[in-house]
Amino acid sequence: MPPAVLIEKLKKSYGSVEAVKDVSLTIQPGEIFGLLGPNGAGKTTTIRCLCTLASPDSGNIEINGTSVVDDPKVARQSLGYIAQEVALDPVLTGRELLQLQADIYHIPRKVSRDRIPQMIDLLELTDWADKKTGTYSGGLKKRLDLALGLLHQPEVLVLDEPTVGLDIETRSAVWQFLRQLKAAGTTVLITSHYLEEVDALADRVAIIDNGVVIAAGTPNELKDRIGGDRITLRIREFTPDDEARSAQEMLARLPFVQEVIINSAQGNSLNLVVEPQSDALLSVQQSLKEAGLSTFGISQSRPSLDDVYLAATGRTLMDAELAAVGTRNLKKERKEAMKGT
Amino acid sequence: MSTTLTPKSSPIDSPDLRAWKSASGGGDTSQPPGLLSGAFLQETLAMTRRLFIQLQRRPSTLVAGVIQPLIWLFLFGALFQNVPQGLFGESSNYGQFLAAGIIVFTAFGGALNAGLPVMFDREFGFLNRFLVAPLASRYSIVVASAIFIAALSIVQTAAVITLSAFLGAGWPDPLGLALVVLILLTLVLGVTALSLGLTFALPGHIELIAVIFVTNLPLLFASTALVPLDFMPGWLQVVASLNPLTYAIEPIRYLYLHPDWSLGSVVLQSPWGSISLGVCLAVLIGFCAIALLAIQPLLRRRIA
Repeated sequence: MPPAVLIEKLKKSYGSVEAVKDVSLTIQPGEIFGLLGPNGAGKTTTIRCLCTLASPDSGNIEINGTSVVDDPKVARQSLGYIAQEVALDPVLTGRELLQLQADIYHIPRKVSRDRIPQMIDLLELTDWADKKTGTYSGGLKKRLDLALGLLHQPEVLVLDEPTVGLDIETRSAVWQFLRQLKAAGTTVLITSHYLEEVDALADRVAIIDNGVVIAAGTPNELKDRIGGDRITLRIREFTPDDEARSAQEMLARLPFVQEVIINSAQGNSLNLVVEPQSDALLSVQQSLKEAGLSTFGISQSRPSLDDVYLAATGRTLMDAELAAVGTRNLKKERKEAMKGT
Repeated sequence: MSTTLTPKSSPIDSPDLRAWKSASGGGDTSQPPGLLSGAFLQETLAMTRRLFIQLQRRPSTLVAGVIQPLIWLFLFGALFQNVPQGLFGESSNYGQFLAAGIIVFTAFGGALNAGLPVMFDREFGFLNRFLVAPLASRYSIVVASAIFIAALSIVQTAAVITLSAFLGAGWPDPLGLALVVLILLTLVLGVTALSLGLTFALPGHIELIAVIFVTNLPLLFASTALVPLDFMPGWLQVVASLNPLTYAIEPIRYLYLHPDWSLGSVVLQSPWGSISLGVCLAVLIGFCAIALLAIQPLLRRRIA
């Protein structure tokens, strides 16, 4: 059985911007695959090439063993694509848009007659199906968008940043829905710059940065690979600088502690990387007590995907996001993308 | 609002989604359908229906579209009302002469603008729905727009013909009217194709509007819409005789004046000889075919 999605050595530039430099992914049928990376990492461009909206400069993309470049119509039939921005016709009702979608996927009328009401039920759109989509809230629009993308029962559903800008309730509903889709056998590819989203949903993850895949595997593998546990410690709610620094020096001398970082953004909390051992937490508390320092809060956790990203790139995802702000010209990027080919 | 999709009531915990998934399959994946297929018809009609629903719920386009040519006819007709008899060929008055020009120019303008809504769809991302779908052919986007514009043009034409009749222009005979419709359909399909080709080729609506702007009026003035060919300086006669609009205007004008028309009737004295009604039709059909073929590579482009 061929992989559901195979991307090999994908390369794509827009003008002078190398959006994707080298991306290779293999996605197995029936898994949820997460493409994680900061804004501007090349996630959307990868998705555009996969969904036949852009031509790769080089590299190979296959869906179920069919090349999307040589045989786009077959690939399009197997794909459902949910764009980051929900684009609906505000003048049409939800039901009319579903019928339009059914017709452009050539679903026979006698099938769509039953399936459209099913989708409306499934996404709980019943009260809104016959209202113009211009009157919908953000969450409703996203649900209609999901219904539209799923109407032709694609084998692979591709979602670009599925929960950006959604309220928390809709977000968790989307998560739940994606898990259930997977349970029903659909392959799901999501891009996200939310760590928790990928961590919570994805069976496997590729972390992408600057157009290159820098790590890939299951979330657990990735975390195990960088090793060590994390201890987050607060001496007080807001610890004075000098106290934090002396604690840092003291704790760094402990044999099982690999690194101590002061996080000034969080009231000078201390982030420790420690060798996994059962009594690490106790030993740290003990040492603090001996040094006459109090403990406001302390917790131990496994490394997060952010730590994986940090280990690979030397910066956190948040830093990358902030660095990207102001350096990207979204208008220009959009223009370049619209020039096409 | 109680409509939020809450996980606990989400229906897919039950085997619903599985059942839904295993229900009869999606579209036919075995053989990608072509241009002459039920699939092409289905997608074209669906896109056309969308345009008509939009028109029905936002009728201002229709209202303005009918009023505008009538104002043209009325004001422009009045402007040259006192022109001496015989200056405008066989027409008994300028209003009669002008009607054919207004009919063609209105249809042409509508078709030239056909790309704009598609460009907005493209900019809002809605066009991506069509581009990621396994369309039998992207010509369905062109044909849907052309059907819509053609229907609009026929309503506009009916209004222009009726007003001209009241202004004393008379009526073409029924078969002549059918020929008028055929001429307009051919012109609209060809120009719509070019407009959508531009929509796929240009980067955005600003550029598209700029191109429409510099094409629209010059093509009007360099045609026989407002004055007869022998009224123009020699060089403009050459330009007007190359302008496809002239080949739509002259037959319609002729049909107005000659109930005894035939395909062999000479309707235009171009600098390189007399041109019959049949030749005009052939030129229009040729123009339409070339336009449709020329945009094929643009439709195949991958744009986002």
